[in-house]
Amino acid sequence: MNAMNDIRPALRGAVPQPGFLTGSWLALRLAWRQLRSERARLASAIAGVMFACVLVFMQLGFRAALFESATTLISAMRADLFLMSPMTLASFRPETIPRVRVSQALGVEAVQAAVPVYLAQASFRNPETGKRRMIQLIGFDAEAGVLDLPGLSAMREALKQPDTIAFDTRSRPEFGPVAQIFAGQGPFPVQIGNREMRVVGMVELGSSFGADGNAVLSEVNFRRAVRERPQALVDLAAIRLKPGADLLAAQAALRAIMPPDVAVLTQEELRRHELRYWEEATPIGFIFSFGSLMGLIVGMVIVYQILFSDIAGHLKEYATLKAMGYSNGHLSRVVLGAAGILAVLGFVPGTIASALLYSVVAEATFLPLSLGADRALTVFAMIFAMCAAAGLLAVRKLRDADPADMF
Amino acid sequence: MENPVEIRDVTYAYGEGALRREVLRDVELRVAPGEIVILTGPSGSGKTTLLTLVGALRGLQQGSCRVLGHELAGAREAERVALRRRIGFIFQNHNLLGFLTARQNVAMALEMDGGTGEAQRLERAGALLGAVGLAEHTEKRPGQLSGGQRQRVAVARALVARPGLILADEPTAALDKASGQEVVHLLRDLARSRGTAILLVTHDPRILDVADRIVAMEDGRVVGDGSAQAVLG
Ligand SMILES: Nc1ncnc2c1ncn2[C@@H]1O[C@H](COP(=O)(O)OP(=O)(O)OP(=O)(O)O)[C@@H](O)[C@H]1O
Ligand SMILES: [Mg+2]
Repeated sequence: MNAMNDIRPALRGAVPQPGFLTGSWLALRLAWRQLRSERARLASAIAGVMFACVLVFMQLGFRAALFESATTLISAMRADLFLMSPMTLASFRPETIPRVRVSQALGVEAVQAAVPVYLAQASFRNPETGKRRMIQLIGFDAEAGVLDLPGLSAMREALKQPDTIAFDTRSRPEFGPVAQIFAGQGPFPVQIGNREMRVVGMVELGSSFGADGNAVLSEVNFRRAVRERPQALVDLAAIRLKPGADLLAAQAALRAIMPPDVAVLTQEELRRHELRYWEEATPIGFIFSFGSLMGLIVGMVIVYQILFSDIAGHLKEYATLKAMGYSNGHLSRVVLGAAGILAVLGFVPGTIASALLYSVVAEATFLPLSLGADRALTVFAMIFAMCAAAGLLAVRKLRDADPADMF
Repeated sequence: MENPVEIRDVTYAYGEGALRREVLRDVELRVAPGEIVILTGPSGSGKTTLLTLVGALRGLQQGSCRVLGHELAGAREAERVALRRRIGFIFQNHNLLGFLTARQNVAMALEMDGGTGEAQRLERAGALLGAVGLAEHTEKRPGQLSGGQRQRVAVARALVARPGLILADEPTAALDKASGQEVVHLLRDLARSRGTAILLVTHDPRILDVADRIVAMEDGRVVGDGSAQAVLG
């Protein structure tokens, strides 16, 4: 703009150019008028952007839900530190540690309580259809209050009874209408492994990619259900510190006394350890990133095609505008303006469609899918960048509009 | 007052090396303020090439070409773009934007003039459409107008920015005799009343009467310059 102003005095009687804002507004308006004039083309462009938008929302949603659900169990535990086998990759497939490490932990001054936690997958028989499906069993000392789940404290006594479990209402529906049966008739028997156990209550935890459903039970009942488990082995130890104790100092003290068969992790470290498994050791994180990228590429190609054919179909008109004194830069702004308009017009219905899909999928999968403002902002940035890239590619076609060919 | 067009020793060639072909040789031409000059000559004689040089649509290779007081020899692209805003162009085809109304199309010629506001642009466009006899049709799109009407919109578009010079290449080629004559006469009258000079290329003998002067070209050279009788015999 300023370069243009500098040469102006040399050009007698020259016309003052519109300022940047006015020029951008005029470019945007021209872009909109052109887009609007071809309804079918506009509709397909919007559909393309919408498609990319929905795809990216779904991929990001699944990705975040996976990572979130992978750590709900850890987040629900009321503990400051954890003992875990250094061999454990993820909590749905834990390696065991010697039970004696739990009592050893009590030797550290700052430790108030150390509670063993048992994790195992066992088959659960659907009370309606009789079909079996693997469920995650979470066993712990019901007295210790280490697991902080809605509904759990109320059934502490009930869980002390032999062969009782609390069922996770947010388990996948394939386990059967456990919650409905319980609401209707109270405690009722189910089969876990080869054992008949009683559902005595409901908790809320949530399924994850590692566990389709969960059942919470006492240490003793866990051993009954999982017979092959030797008494001396546990999967995790949850450690609560005395009030005011220093977390890192306690962690260091525990590490000092523990043999190398256990790792001492803070809750945040354990959460990140779990996340790292899903992000790095499985292709799942990559698959979702790749899915988003594919959506963006397909969307970009569609938008590029539309913008390109808009220019190619109006080369004479663009050349005429150049002859009339429209600069290449201004016409580029028209094309980029069209790209920006398509980004917005595709994003709005795309977000609405995604919100609907989220609720449908969340209902079907019990995954924690939620469309927050920050994710909407991320997706908009991606869609906008996608359209801008398509616009920048299409802008090159403007060079073919040569005003010297007009006469 | 300075001549809107002053051309001296302009030579122009297309292609390079073995493919190089000179299509203009030592061309001299001037157009006085308010003068209407028709450029004529056989096909391939270089008329269009000359017009694109005067219109700053092409870079000058050799010689001097002053247009509206601005020397085009060595002019940068940005300077040429700026100069074009002060020239009105009329093409063989109207080249109107199909998705804009007649009034919006005419106003487009003012949008690159930062000194005008939207209301002013639309008002001036409407006034000029009235002057070309299209007061009833300002809100129609080009698709709803006849060929002659479209070319009249193009005339209005070329004039609305009050250019010092109008360049037109075969503006009647796509029109029947009656509408062709109507368009050029309109162009002549409007240009006269505004003191706008016109350089118009045509093969069409039916419109030679609008010219103050006729310049004949042949094989890249100016071979005649004067009144219609003097040049065409
Ligand atoms: N872009 C170009 N590249 C190469 N040669 C060209 C180009 N444009 C024109 N020519 C050649 O230059 C010569 C002059 O062309 P020009 O279009 O200026 O003639 P003209 O007098 O306008 O002809 P017409 O009456 O047919 O429009 C012709 O031989 C033509 O083939
Ligand atoms: Mg020609």
